Amino acid sequence: MALLEVKNLKTHFFTRKGLIKAVDGISFSIEKGEIMGIVGESGAGKSITGFSLLKLIDKPGRIVEGEILFDGVDLVTQTEKQIQKIRGNDIAMIFQDPQTSLNPVITIGEQMMEAILYHHSDVSRKQAFASCVDILKLVGLPAAAERMKSYPHQLSGGMKQRVVIAMALLNNPKLLIADEPTTALDVTIQAQILYLMKKLSQDFHSSLILITHDIAVVSQLCDKIAVMYAGRIVEYGSKEEIIFDPRHPYTKGLIACLPKLNDDQERLYQIPGIMPTLLSLPKGCYFKDRCELADSECDVYPPEQCMGERRVFCHKVK
Amino acid sequence: MHGREEGILSQSEVKLLEVKRVEKVFSVKVGTFEKKDLHALNQVNFDIYQGKTLSLVGESGCGKTTVGKVILGLYQATKGEVLFHGKDIARQTPRERGAVQKNIQMIFQDPYSSLNPRKKVKMILEQPLKIHTDMNRKQRMETIYEICDDVGIDYSYLERYPHQFSGGQRQRIAIARAIILRPELVLADEPISALDVSIQAQILNLMMDLKDKYNLTTLFITHDISVVKHISDYVAVMYLGEIVEYASKKELFAHPRHPYTKMLFSTVPDIYTPLATDSVLKTGEIQSPIDLPKGCFFANRCPYREEACEAAHPALLDSGAAHLVRCPLHDRI
Repeated sequence: MALLEVKNLKTHFFTRKGLIKAVDGISFSIEKGEIMGIVGESGAGKSITGFSLLKLIDKPGRIVEGEILFDGVDLVTQTEKQIQKIRGNDIAMIFQDPQTSLNPVITIGEQMMEAILYHHSDVSRKQAFASCVDILKLVGLPAAAERMKSYPHQLSGGMKQRVVIAMALLNNPKLLIADEPTTALDVTIQAQILYLMKKLSQDFHSSLILITHDIAVVSQLCDKIAVMYAGRIVEYGSKEEIIFDPRHPYTKGLIACLPKLNDDQERLYQIPGIMPTLLSLPKGCYFKDRCELADSECDVYPPEQCMGERRVFCHKVK
Repeated sequence: MHGREEGILSQSEVKLLEVKRVEKVFSVKVGTFEKKDLHALNQVNFDIYQGKTLSLVGESGCGKTTVGKVILGLYQATKGEVLFHGKDIARQTPRERGAVQKNIQMIFQDPYSSLNPRKKVKMILEQPLKIHTDMNRKQRMETIYEICDDVGIDYSYLERYPHQFSGGQRQRIAIARAIILRPELVLADEPISALDVSIQAQILNLMMDLKDKYNLTTLFITHDISVVKHISDYVAVMYLGEIVEYASKKELFAHPRHPYTKMLFSTVPDIYTPLATDSVLKTGEIQSPIDLPKGCFFANRCPYREEACEAAHPALLDSGAAHLVRCPLHDRI
């Protein structure tokens, strides 16, 4: 049985301007120890997908339909109290900006120990302190014991992100959701953090969902990739299938428009236009206005096509 | 401070801007009573040639934005000269610069904070024309329409406010504002790093088109070396406030010589190559620009470090083919 199985998840926001279908019927599953990437532009609904899994959706938003089966239990129907036992324990999340996800007026040590003490009443402060230091060493923070007394502002961006990752790993989660974990970091630090996350997920046998706009990052880390566009998954499959043989025109465009180090093209390929706003989605395929292949057939939203493991939503893929 | 001899970068073209031995020192508080010097820029030398794009690449904290701000007059250099058409502007405020300032314009990183939210796009674009030219209303509008065509802004957008646009469209507006006065030099500080990947390609292509159309001279500041390849003629790699490697784009990408440049290349996520292994964990972090080491600044992260590296600070020397490298070991590694 898969560790996490998401079936037809819909998270909608009921705003004054109208209904926003931020996540509109997505399905995917993750096995134990697997790394999955969710790629898409800002506004594609990838962060909301991550928040939905932890039920961190605020009003006016709500999960309106679907199932999130985690270890066989449907999280959608769980109460807030039940979810709190899972959140930060079995499922942990790493947020995009380490600057804002740490409390500036509390030491690193206190913040980390809270994560343990909240979930385990039988652990003493001393034991909690020791396991925090251990995990800080594991993520490669120099002088871990002294760092426990530091405040967030005394650490660099890369160090803060290591602390946030360490904090997420404290309770040995079965599933880790990382929302743009390296976007705020330099490329050299990004490479270190990515490598660290891959290694840790192998060592801890935990599954990882990596949410990012950078398809290059996803290709380096993930076993499986879901490409999201305007609230829906447009292509979903193994890394090999998506990166080396993309079928959906949007996936193809995303890969083609990356600046590449080892070729001599002068102009970059560009996907014309921008993603439609979720308030005024076009009829039919959401991508048709930017798509070179679009014709009258695309006025109907394309049905799911299965090609082995891969699923793709496009009329033009045969 | 270090008082080193530096090779002046030269090329047989028309120099628009010369940055000569520029230093910028900030005084920062390190304790309640103690202040220390932070050397943001150490003896920075480079020239920008008319119609060419120079890229400054480096990690955050390497001083690349400080260089831009010194050229723009937002900071005054502590030492050194910035010659624009041969006239030193290094210690002049924008007001003292007068007409020169009109010819140096900037595109900022974050299009969400660089446009005034209370002004319509039309006012944002009209402001520079009102200040720096004596055009009448009709001429100003003609100029605005023309620039809209160039950057791909619909005329109807002129009556809207910045919040009504996406990041990519805002950056187009910011570019339009920067080039509407036909400046001789455009400073672009990470103009695409706040944008989505599919929009990044659009903005990069737009900047290349504008460069061809107006023969723009650009200083492109970025941390992403893969972007540099598409936009630049020359590349300067910065580390801790100094240039460690300088060459034409072709030369640099064919033969990166400095260990830091090599490290930058190896850490760029590339879609078709797997993640680097254990070696990336040893790449460390940039050190604080307070209390700089006596020897090579990069020595503590360098995989090829030798004892001599920590004893004396290396100079930026020509290794042939106008390729300047600040590493005495470069031909052996």
